[in-house]
Amino acid sequence: MKIVVEHLTKKFPSRNKNVKEDVVAVSDFTFEIPDGKLIGLLGPSGCGKSTALNLLCGLLKPTEGRIYFGEEDVTDLPPEHRGVGMVFQNYALYPHMTVRQNIVFPLENRKGADRLSRAQMEEKALEAAKLVQIDHLMDRRPKELSGGQQQRVAIARALVKMPKVLLMDEPLSNLDARLRLQTREEIRRIQKETGITTVFVTHDQEEAMSISDQIVVMRDGVIQQIGRPQDVYDDPVNLFVAKFLGNPPINVFEGRIEGGRLLIGEEAVLSVKGLQDQPVWVGIRPEGFVLSETGALTCRLTEVEVMGRDITVVSTHPKSLNVEIRSIIDADHQESVGESQVRFHVKPHKVFLFHRETEERIDFDCDEQ
Amino acid sequence: MDKRGKKGWLYLLPAGLFLACFMVYPLIDVFIYSFEEGYNFASQTFFGVGWYNYSYVLHDPYFLQAVKNTFILVIFTVPISTGLSLLISAGLNSIRKLRDLFQTIYFLPYVTNTLAVGLVFMILFQKTPYSDGLVNMLLNWLGMSSVDFIDGPYWAKMFVLCFYTVWVVMPFKILILTGALASVDETYYNAARVDGTPGWRMFTRITLPMISPSLFYLIITGFIGAFKSYSDAVALFGTDLNAAEMNTIVGYVYDMLYGNSGGYPSYASAAAILLFAIVLTITCINLLVSRKHVYY
Repeated sequence: MKIVVEHLTKKFPSRNKNVKEDVVAVSDFTFEIPDGKLIGLLGPSGCGKSTALNLLCGLLKPTEGRIYFGEEDVTDLPPEHRGVGMVFQNYALYPHMTVRQNIVFPLENRKGADRLSRAQMEEKALEAAKLVQIDHLMDRRPKELSGGQQQRVAIARALVKMPKVLLMDEPLSNLDARLRLQTREEIRRIQKETGITTVFVTHDQEEAMSISDQIVVMRDGVIQQIGRPQDVYDDPVNLFVAKFLGNPPINVFEGRIEGGRLLIGEEAVLSVKGLQDQPVWVGIRPEGFVLSETGALTCRLTEVEVMGRDITVVSTHPKSLNVEIRSIIDADHQESVGESQVRFHVKPHKVFLFHRETEERIDFDCDEQ
Repeated sequence: MDKRGKKGWLYLLPAGLFLACFMVYPLIDVFIYSFEEGYNFASQTFFGVGWYNYSYVLHDPYFLQAVKNTFILVIFTVPISTGLSLLISAGLNSIRKLRDLFQTIYFLPYVTNTLAVGLVFMILFQKTPYSDGLVNMLLNWLGMSSVDFIDGPYWAKMFVLCFYTVWVVMPFKILILTGALASVDETYYNAARVDGTPGWRMFTRITLPMISPSLFYLIITGFIGAFKSYSDAVALFGTDLNAAEMNTIVGYVYDMLYGNSGGYPSYASAAAILLFAIVLTITCINLLVSRKHVYY
């Protein structure tokens, strides 16, 4: 089921009596989610991701804008008529019911012609449980399950009624690191197997990058960028997106353009033809550094972390906004690390320039190397 | 016994001593009294040991009347007060505006004095040569004939007693239940809404099980409280409850000890032990039933 969102806006009345202005949680969202894809809504906490999800779900009513599932306008439909399944952050499993009863619960709500026989319900529940591999735990209570198992029950409960759209609110945040890796693969597998259009919310960029077909990066209720994870990583539209994606994070420097050259401090790092002289932010991805004794950028060496496959050179630079610069270098080039300082060349396609005030991306020509 | 165990018992000792002196010893004493036949309070002597006290009490029409009254009181007031409290709490929980105001209003009876309120009830319900009372005026207005609820027929008096008891016990129940209802996590309801759960089903399948520990606590204490009621009847009908046919089991015990016919600690003890047995039985039944329906 394709999801189309047009100019979706949600305002909450201000709690603070002295401030009359409404709080805008979601501002003018417009995007389209193709059928059968896994979409990650990504942003720092408090940016309106969960509100956006609740609007899609129907638990919240939008202030403005429309939502379409396929061709149908669902904006004014209550959640139960939208055909959505929802997995809540804390799973919201009914603690007094067994796994079986939890999964069957949505089916028991059906009335009239849609109503299934008891045997059919049990069969569907078992089917959903098998999909998430918990069919051997059907008679346990949620309390007797591990976090990962509870998560699966919640997914099974959302899937049992064959929703057109599956929504997940921070599905992995309550799991430990190892389980998180495992479960996110699992979510990917289940989504592929069922082909249900899935939207999930997360503040963890790695999580979103690793399993999403598309990510939507949000900040303060406004969509910053939508695209395939790799595209967004390689081509961020502004400094926020560039900083938010990537681990280790991008290194940001204070720089300026003078006479077609990009300067960091007094060192000319790149030649950037055709750009006006102006102060800029320079973002360089950790993998954008090349160790070289003739390198243009000189940094003070802090330490070298050896990871086996590659090494991380940790250094500092007076013009860097980050406390330390982390650059990931192929382990073969270790020998050119000096005693107290390192020099780098930079890969032009790993360097992004941003406007000093607006923080918007400035494109530049890098064909010269 | 290891050192930790010894320490534990040592810490429990002060409380244990107090309990032994003021709880366990009197209980045993009452039990012994109930078997001492012809006990004389002044000379502290008795004729023999046996079941006579029980036999006397069980054949005493006043006691049987008291048992009947107490059971009627329990059977009507516990379900009605609990049900009404649940209804009011659910209502309170679903409104935002004025919730605090209503909560305060509903809680007021709890802090007012039982006897003073009893007086007000008496004035509301009593029919005297000078006035019909407010309730009778209402009845007349509805086209029914007036009844004296305080000195009139048995059912009328019983009605007032039940009405009054329900009114008195409800504030505490509402307080507990509104707290329990408010503590049910909102996401359960959201999850149920997404799955299209009808309101009534949400209440029976989610709300009720979630608040079942509080509800069960109220039912148990409600039963025990109603079995032990006495002051409510006194507030409405005065101290001569036997004459009014409105005595309760505790009232009977009191009368045996201190009333007009007082001075019979052995009969009082036997009646008290009988009450204890009844309450114990009912509570055990409650506990057994609750195992199936209460989720902790």
